[in-house]
Amino acid sequence: MKDNQRRIPGKKLVSKHTAAIGSHIIEKKEKAGNFLSDTGNAALFIIRMIREIFSVDFEYKEFFRQCFETGYRSLPLVITTGGIMGLVLTIQSRPILSDFGAESMLPGMVAVSMIREIGPVITALICAGKIGSGIGAEIGSMKVTEQIDAMEVSAVNPLRFLVVTRVLAVTLMLPVLVLFADAAGLFGSWVGVNIKGSVGLVLFLSHAFASVEFIDFIPALLKSFLFGLVIGLVGCYKGFTAGRGTESVGIAATSSVVMASLLVIITDMIAVQITDMLQ
Amino acid sequence: MIEQQHTDQAVEKSTAGVPIINITDLEKSFGSQKVLDGVSFQLNKEENLVILGKSGSGKSVLIKCIAGLLKPDNGKVLVLGESIPDLNKKELNELRKKIGFLFQSSALYDSMNVKDNLEFPLLRIRHDLTKKQRMEKIEEALNGVGLSDALYKMPSQLSGGMRKRIGLARTLIIDPQIMLYDEPTTGLDPVTSEEISLLINDIQKKYKTSSIIITHDLLCARITADRLILLKEGKVFATGSFDELKNSTDTLINSFFKT
Repeated sequence: MKDNQRRIPGKKLVSKHTAAIGSHIIEKKEKAGNFLSDTGNAALFIIRMIREIFSVDFEYKEFFRQCFETGYRSLPLVITTGGIMGLVLTIQSRPILSDFGAESMLPGMVAVSMIREIGPVITALICAGKIGSGIGAEIGSMKVTEQIDAMEVSAVNPLRFLVVTRVLAVTLMLPVLVLFADAAGLFGSWVGVNIKGSVGLVLFLSHAFASVEFIDFIPALLKSFLFGLVIGLVGCYKGFTAGRGTESVGIAATSSVVMASLLVIITDMIAVQITDMLQ
Repeated sequence: MIEQQHTDQAVEKSTAGVPIINITDLEKSFGSQKVLDGVSFQLNKEENLVILGKSGSGKSVLIKCIAGLLKPDNGKVLVLGESIPDLNKKELNELRKKIGFLFQSSALYDSMNVKDNLEFPLLRIRHDLTKKQRMEKIEEALNGVGLSDALYKMPSQLSGGMRKRIGLARTLIIDPQIMLYDEPTTGLDPVTSEEISLLINDIQKKYKTSSIIITHDLLCARITADRLILLKEGKVFATGSFDELKNSTDTLINSFFKT
């Protein structure tokens, strides 16, 4: 053995590197396999959920409770954020527009920005944090404390009771929240305009809506539905696939926020491209 | 030798009654870890069968295979004559209406009060009941576990023992033929533990249920067991009555009962 090493001095080093490369390839292969199985599981989850939406035993009571929880309970946060976004946008844009003598375009610019982009995206990101993490943590903890198993042994489909109701509630409530965020943003903008001037609310709104067409609302609303769907699905999927320990509840909540936020941005990018192509 | 002796006694007892649950050569692994390694036993009608074993001996996995929450790798699980692994979702749900399952953590729905927790299975299984009849059944179930005043309490307001009782009431409300108890006395003080064990006996007498009680609590086993099975490393190590196993000369059985 020693003789062999003496004859080929680099052999040990080469085999060490080969082993490292081999284990790296195996690791990558396992990661790719995990990614594929995760994607497959997520697709199956969505298919099963869609099948349950059309079930005759729809859980109306839980659906309305979820609408209240996700919609009504998110209103203060969404309105506050929307209002501040409108105010900040106005304060930041005003000096630039003043330089070009286009201060009168401020209401219109803020309205278009809020309705087309900032309202839906900021609301979706806020909801990904609040609702997505809430759903992920709630369903994750239900799994840890065997509540999902308890539903199954009670002959109740947990997918129908927990997932369908939450996903539909978030999908339907998000566009409503976006409308509130838009309104709050315009109000915030009006407050911003009045910090260094005096403009009536009616005049401000008439200027704002003069720049906005009804068609501006449609892609924004459709986008909001998609954002809601993404947030609900990600939260439910992460909760449902959480592990058994209490640590996994935290992981489910965190990964719900991260994944939902990322998917909201990606969906927004695709939606903007499609809207641009259609216009 | 002892295993053989106890198995013979068990077979003798089993043939005397009608088997409600029949498990044959059940195997279940998680990755490379074999949790159940050829478990076979029967549960007779109106019998309280206690399955004893150390933590990690495969007790909870066994009960979850019986309830259809886990799919076994090999072996037969016959419940009321139906093969659990071969049933489709709809058939399994129909069978589950005859099975009550008390979870180790009670598994009460945190977002619902006691009344809603109890009404949850009723609303989805007993479509024939009116609102008044449902309320009567809820009150009856709560009286049965001695907690008639807890109707509008949230699970977070209940003690460990109360949670177990409400969990029990929730499973009993659908009038099951079979009761599966997963560690019913874990985490409870000895007094409450004894109360829950006595309640299990009362339930068996009142509702004529056949029960499997998974535990490592000897007090609970002594109070509730008509027959015991001792699981060790995923296998049936011994079966017999509490006294038979307690007086066994086998070192392993003895050490378990001494602890």
